[in-house]
Amino acid sequence: MSDSVLDYDEVLASFDPVLGLEVHVELNTASKMWCGCATTFGAEPNTQTCPICLGLPGSLPVVNGSAVESAIRIGLALNCSIAQTCRFARKNYFYPDMPKNYQISQYDEPIAYDGWAEVEVDGETYRIEIERAHMEEDTGKSLHVGGATGRIQGADHSLLDYNRAGVPLIEIVTKPIRGTGEKAPQVARAYVAMLRDLLRALGVSDVRMEQGSLRCDANVSLMPKGAVELGTRTETKNVNSLRSVEAAVRYEMTRQAAVLTGGDAVKQETRHWHEDTGITTPGRSKEQAEDYRYFNDPDLVPVAPSRDWVEQLRASLPEPPAERLKRVQAEWEFTDLELRDVVNAGAVDLVEQTVVAGAPAQAARKWWLGELGRRANEAGVELAEVGMTPTQVAQLQALVDAKVINDKLARQVIEGVIAGEGDPQQVVDARGLAVVSDDGALSAAVDEAIAANPEAAAKIRDGNLKVAGALIGPIMKAMKGQADAARVRELIMEKLG
Amino acid sequence: MGELTRTGAADLGAAIAAGTVSAEEVTRAHLAQIDAVDGTVHAFLHVAADDAIEQARRVDQRRAAGERLGPLAGVPLALKDVLTWTKAPTTCASKMLEGWVPPYDATVTRKLIDAGIVILGKTNLDEFAMGSSTENSAYGPTRNPWDTDRIPGGSGGGSAAALAAFEAPIAIGTDTGGSIRQPGSVTGTVGVKPTYGGVSRFGLVALASSLDQAGPCARSVLDAALLHEVIGGHDPYDSTSIDAPVPSVVEAARYGDVTGMRIGVVKELGGEGYAAGVEQRFNEAVALLTELGAEVVEVSCPHFGYALPAYYLIQPSETSSNLAKFDSMRYGLRVGDDGSHSAEEVMSLTREAGFGPEVKRRIILGTYALSSGYYDAYYGSAQKVRTLIIDDFTKAFETCDVLVSPTTPTTAFRIGERADDPVAMYKADLCTIPSSLAGNAAASFPVGLAPEDGLPVGLQVMAPPMADDRLYRVGAALERALEDQWGGPIWRALDSVSKGDDPLEPPIRANNSTREGGMA
Repeated sequence: MSDSVLDYDEVLASFDPVLGLEVHVELNTASKMWCGCATTFGAEPNTQTCPICLGLPGSLPVVNGSAVESAIRIGLALNCSIAQTCRFARKNYFYPDMPKNYQISQYDEPIAYDGWAEVEVDGETYRIEIERAHMEEDTGKSLHVGGATGRIQGADHSLLDYNRAGVPLIEIVTKPIRGTGEKAPQVARAYVAMLRDLLRALGVSDVRMEQGSLRCDANVSLMPKGAVELGTRTETKNVNSLRSVEAAVRYEMTRQAAVLTGGDAVKQETRHWHEDTGITTPGRSKEQAEDYRYFNDPDLVPVAPSRDWVEQLRASLPEPPAERLKRVQAEWEFTDLELRDVVNAGAVDLVEQTVVAGAPAQAARKWWLGELGRRANEAGVELAEVGMTPTQVAQLQALVDAKVINDKLARQVIEGVIAGEGDPQQVVDARGLAVVSDDGALSAAVDEAIAANPEAAAKIRDGNLKVAGALIGPIMKAMKGQADAARVRELIMEKLG
Repeated sequence: MGELTRTGAADLGAAIAAGTVSAEEVTRAHLAQIDAVDGTVHAFLHVAADDAIEQARRVDQRRAAGERLGPLAGVPLALKDVLTWTKAPTTCASKMLEGWVPPYDATVTRKLIDAGIVILGKTNLDEFAMGSSTENSAYGPTRNPWDTDRIPGGSGGGSAAALAAFEAPIAIGTDTGGSIRQPGSVTGTVGVKPTYGGVSRFGLVALASSLDQAGPCARSVLDAALLHEVIGGHDPYDSTSIDAPVPSVVEAARYGDVTGMRIGVVKELGGEGYAAGVEQRFNEAVALLTELGAEVVEVSCPHFGYALPAYYLIQPSETSSNLAKFDSMRYGLRVGDDGSHSAEEVMSLTREAGFGPEVKRRIILGTYALSSGYYDAYYGSAQKVRTLIIDDFTKAFETCDVLVSPTTPTTAFRIGERADDPVAMYKADLCTIPSSLAGNAAASFPVGLAPEDGLPVGLQVMAPPMADDRLYRVGAALERALEDQWGGPIWRALDSVSKGDDPLEPPIRANNSTREGGMA
């Protein structure tokens, strides 16, 4: 089954890869593209349907204005031109999960076109030209039961769920991406990651690749070094994780190189990516390709966004994620490593909100990546769902800075906040966790410790201050941790100094 | 008041509102007429007798409770079986949808119900509204009450025949290339195709989305106008619906004055291929309009000659896509689901068995016209012709208030006469297609019987978009003057359906209980 592949270095010695990436993003609008049905992921099959999204005879589509707004914002964020007027077209083909047996899409009049974006790989910036971003509707889902492959071929029967039918989709298509050389797989991954971050920042999609709300088709072709014409491409469908995007591009490069060096021609075809085995297998060939018979959908009128509206949307765009990272790194004075850890933990928003709420950046980073990260990990939840808000984290840090609590007590405060006992101050009050600042009690504990450790006390008196730690430990223990270690040290010095 | 089934909708509505007659009596009278004649005429595919009586009783209760009723409350109506109604199957006269009861009402249906109009049942049509004779119905043809050996026109032959057979005073038709107007013409009834977008298409099973338009059918101009006002208006569920008030059609129908109107006779719609009796009655009507004070001029619309071929590319193209949804997966007929066929094979077997020959012909034609490599030559060129026809109209309407032509080149032809010659059949829509392509308003009004065969002739009036009221002005003026000449409406001589020597199977009925009792 498995094709022969060429060693990656050998591929690069003879060929230049060219990429083309098509990304489908499911919008997070409350209702579907043409009707009022809900779009909640994971609902009981066929509970979010109506005569319109089921395409029942006589039903008609009406455009969801929020979806158009999201499409324009995506277009603007990708530096695209926004069409003065554009139409919807029907893409005709038969498939059981498509209720009308045509998909309403856009053909020669996309809402956004001619844009660009930049991605960075190993310190080098690559400019990706965007061909277009257009609006369309998602299909239903088929579940093929009883076959070996989970595909329709060989299945005993198939189940259809139309909850997803008619959910708004935006398809973002790049122009051919050249000149990436050995970095091609990483550039592909970085592009999809950039889109994911951008779409998340725009708030237009859940961008969950594992749930299919962001799906990537990767076109790959190879040109012999020095060639002018593009090689024959393959389109690997539904590559649904960042890791897979990189792996699938890399695999196709090595597979196509083996075909070409063996003297054969690459077949223009769609291919399926297999996450488990890390290979692609053939799908539909060019000869079997559908003639979609596109024509303008006569049930819909042109969408003509006013320039005023487009400019309003442009003005309200959030800061581009890459620029934002540069800005916060400078503001927070994070090292590259610190920033990378925060990004990888998905904690940039949380840290920023914590800083806005008054905490020092380093402290915010420490709590989110430390104690809170550990607890989120243990509970198996996203960091943002750990049970403590950025404001509460800032309040916690304020208590530490005011020496009301120390780091050790702070962990107990976090436990209390997550347990739902209220804000940090309320937890401190309710649990009686405040550091003891009553010098009387503390002084007695220090005296006790000096008496119990005469040897250590003598050494301190002789000026060997390092030994102080031997006294601090027992004192903190006696105080059940509710003492300020710095104050304890001061008292020791006063008494033995 | 006279015989209920020969009374017009306006008078029936007024009598019901005044309490002179109950809606139930009116409904039962029409159900009895259906019982008496529909075995021959076969206008109905489904008679919802029980539900109709229930609807009528509700109107009577509302009146008894002191509610002020609308002008058509309690008036029975025949609904073309291409609009959804939850109380009866919507079959589109196709085996594909046999027994399919839709879960929602079309906007038109909803408006009828809200107006208190009593829906008697669903009327026959050419399968999926493709045809000009109603012979393409999978459930057998409808016969013309003027001569039951002849066709009642199509696709809305059922609705038109129901009016001419006095089974209902008003009906809903749909017009894609002439399916309201041509049946109106050959049955001596009034048929109006409103401006495209003037009546909601939501719940109208699509033949060709850019052309389809539901409209009123009646035996008088005023009745059509009253119905037009009920069903017209903006619908947020139809993106192509025009967001503007319904033109003042009722006022125009009552006013009925053409003094000072400029009426253009379209040069290209006449001459060779037009029956002598059709030309004669048309010319007489035009002369009458002049007498009534209109200024009649000849206008040329040079591109109308290309309308028919352009239509037969655009309409099948849209149809090929619109009818793709009939694949057996979710509703309707399913063939070959015996465990030995794939889903794709089941789709294919179902479509093979479920669609009739004319539907298949148009799906194949449209699929071809949209295919890669042929699109520009066929669909693309046809769209350009469409623009040229719109231009012709725009130019003509610069100098004329309305345009006129015969509605169809001949009177009703014999059943079977054109069955094997699709192009001859398509020519029945020669005059009606230009307004369909342009999306403007058009109507057919009866202007007499052709001397050679004694069958009705219709005159078509075409008006600019959203000037539907002008149709009614011309129609009402003609109707008044002609009825003065004739001593009554055109159908005064049509007292029964008598020529039927080959009765058809009775239509499908919701039940038979209403056949007994209360029926004259």
